[in-house]
Amino acid sequence: MSNVAKVLISSRRPPEDTTSVAGHIRKNYFGTPFNAIVSSICIIAFVWVSWLLIKWAFIDALWTGTPEDCRINNGACWPFVATKIRFFLFGYFPFEDHWRPASAVGLMLGMTALSMLPFMWRKELFYGWIVALIAMFILMSGGVFGLEPVSTSKWGGLPLTIMLSFVGIAAGFPFGVLLALGRRSKLPAIRTISITYIELIRGVPLISLLFMASVMFPLFLPDGMTINQVLRAQVAVIMFAAAYIAEVVRGGLQAIDDGQYEAAKALGLSYWQSMRLIILPQSLKIVIPPLVMVFIGFFQDTTLVTIIGLFDFLNTIRGAMRDPNWQGIAVLEGYAFAAVVYLVFSYIMGAYSRYLERRLKTSHD
Amino acid sequence: MSINRQTKSAQATSWSSLFYDERVRAILYQVLAVVGVALVAYFLWFNAATNLRQQNIASGFDYLGLEAGFEISDRLIEFSPADSYARALLVGLLNTIYVSLLACVLCTFLGTFIGVLRLSPNPLLSKLMLIYVEIMRNIPLLLHLFFWYTIIVFIFPPVREALQLAPGVYISNGGFYVPVLEWSFDHTMLLITLIASMVVAYFTNKWAIQKRIKTGEKVRIWPVHLAIITLPLALAYFLFTPEFNWNFPELGRFRFSGGGRITAEFAALLIGLTLTATANVAEIVRSGIQSVNKGQWEAARSLGLKGNRVMKSVILPQALRVIIPPLTSNYLNVTKNSTLAIAIGYPDLVMVSNTTMNQTGQAIEGIAIFMAVYLGLSLLTSVAMNWYNGRVALKGR
Repeated sequence: MSNVAKVLISSRRPPEDTTSVAGHIRKNYFGTPFNAIVSSICIIAFVWVSWLLIKWAFIDALWTGTPEDCRINNGACWPFVATKIRFFLFGYFPFEDHWRPASAVGLMLGMTALSMLPFMWRKELFYGWIVALIAMFILMSGGVFGLEPVSTSKWGGLPLTIMLSFVGIAAGFPFGVLLALGRRSKLPAIRTISITYIELIRGVPLISLLFMASVMFPLFLPDGMTINQVLRAQVAVIMFAAAYIAEVVRGGLQAIDDGQYEAAKALGLSYWQSMRLIILPQSLKIVIPPLVMVFIGFFQDTTLVTIIGLFDFLNTIRGAMRDPNWQGIAVLEGYAFAAVVYLVFSYIMGAYSRYLERRLKTSHD
Repeated sequence: MSINRQTKSAQATSWSSLFYDERVRAILYQVLAVVGVALVAYFLWFNAATNLRQQNIASGFDYLGLEAGFEISDRLIEFSPADSYARALLVGLLNTIYVSLLACVLCTFLGTFIGVLRLSPNPLLSKLMLIYVEIMRNIPLLLHLFFWYTIIVFIFPPVREALQLAPGVYISNGGFYVPVLEWSFDHTMLLITLIASMVVAYFTNKWAIQKRIKTGEKVRIWPVHLAIITLPLALAYFLFTPEFNWNFPELGRFRFSGGGRITAEFAALLIGLTLTATANVAEIVRSGIQSVNKGQWEAARSLGLKGNRVMKSVILPQALRVIIPPLTSNYLNVTKNSTLAIAIGYPDLVMVSNTTMNQTGQAIEGIAIFMAVYLGLSLLTSVAMNWYNGRVALKGR
């Protein structure tokens, strides 16, 4: 008695196409009624917001013209940005010498781009950075090589923003490493000092340190000794950066296996030798991605010097908006320009940090 | 002679061995560090004292009792220029706490929502949320504040032509005007009743769960809860018979009278703080949920748990362990970032302190006060969050 079907089974429909582009879209975006609604809402919202933006920034926008034309026009007023861009970028720096801050910015961005390539990570790069920072300082302040001296009160715009954040991180780094080592030290006094410093700085807002720098520093210095405002803000940023870098580096130190510490000791290395040769090279490598994130944070946080009256990139834009010719006419264009600059820079650095994280992870597995 | 020389060299080695002795070195390093810090502190203190004496600036906190003499527009408690500096600082502190607390609550809800949407299987939705997060995180907060403040002040219509959104709700470049309830003692009693019955409901719920764990018997708890919440409330309502009088803002010739006003400064600060913090919370929630092993989802489903239950009982408790520590530092950041209020003129603690410092010249005291307050707030938040973290942390291993 075999079981034989007498009737031909009716043929089924071919399986749903999910691999072609159209099929993929149908399945993932409109697979269920709920998904279809969600997708439609997303598309409508996206198109609507983009349309508003494009309409304002391109279609209704004015590309050439006078402040009067802008007053009548509804869209963006790009002539404002076009006429003021040199001021946005370089602030009150003498106009004919703008090539100096421009090349300083170029130098810094170039060095950053070079440092992002992992095969460049060697000692020469470190010396290169020191030379580049000195060169930037010479370009900005002048006084040598026939360059006209420019006082720091005229420094402003993008070079100031870049200087505050780059020097802040660069100078904060060695302090940060020392503080991280101090926090993990076995000596109670050194550990207490490190913890107190780190927690004190991390517990207060950056603005309070900047206020301290601008209002209190002069009181703390001996009679007759003064430090200019830019340098004071720079010191505050360095002090702040050191505490944050210390916490990141501590994370790296804690991630190193105990066996490494013990092996270094067993080889007869002193504390400093074992740190310099065994522990730090490994832990600093792990903390590069979070350090990049700290750096992005500081690049954005330097805008706070606006509050103590320094002309960083954001404040020069605000300064340009106070120009009587343009006041009240172009109110958003400058901010839009600044937002794009900050967005592009931070996004690239963030994407780089994520890339490094992936790369470093595979090399460990 | 030879004996003498020997003792000498022995002495030398004992001295150098003393120097190379780890314990001696440890003490030496620490003494050096402490002395160094003390010297720096003394140097700064000495200079400050000399400078203050030369510039004839008083020191000490006596100025707190003096008459402030300035106006604060945004305030939660009564304040007039005749009040003392101490009260002005209190007004600023309350403003700081108020705006930070609101921003923290808002960013928690919105951030969790967006963080979950980031993991949506619909690629369109998750990409859209990614765009939001990237834009918000990569633009400095100060720029956000200036931007939103500008939008309110320049784009919104002037007060005389205020836009009416709903009956009694107006927006203008001076801020938002909303109706407020005329609060009385009766309302307070009603609120207290509500809170008390919610506390009772919380405990009955706990009891029901305990009972179910012990006996397996399921108690139909929701009618009990309904009764616990509504009955006392109804009783209180008839007992106190509060009147619900709404105070509507009315547009006069030049300005509004009555109603409540949300100033442009406060609105811009709250929007800016919330938007950036929301993006951070979304990332924290997303990575927290993603940190839970895929096997946990599969195991929960194979146990027969459905949809929400998987999330609520299996995934979330594990994700919370990862989420809580970064969330804590996010709250702390919100509190610290609220100091940027000074840039757009919202009278928070820093701005009031700054005015005070400008008037009295006592910078050290002013900065010391607000630094101490922020340290205290940070400490309080971390203590509270650590307590919560201890509750959700992995137990018994």
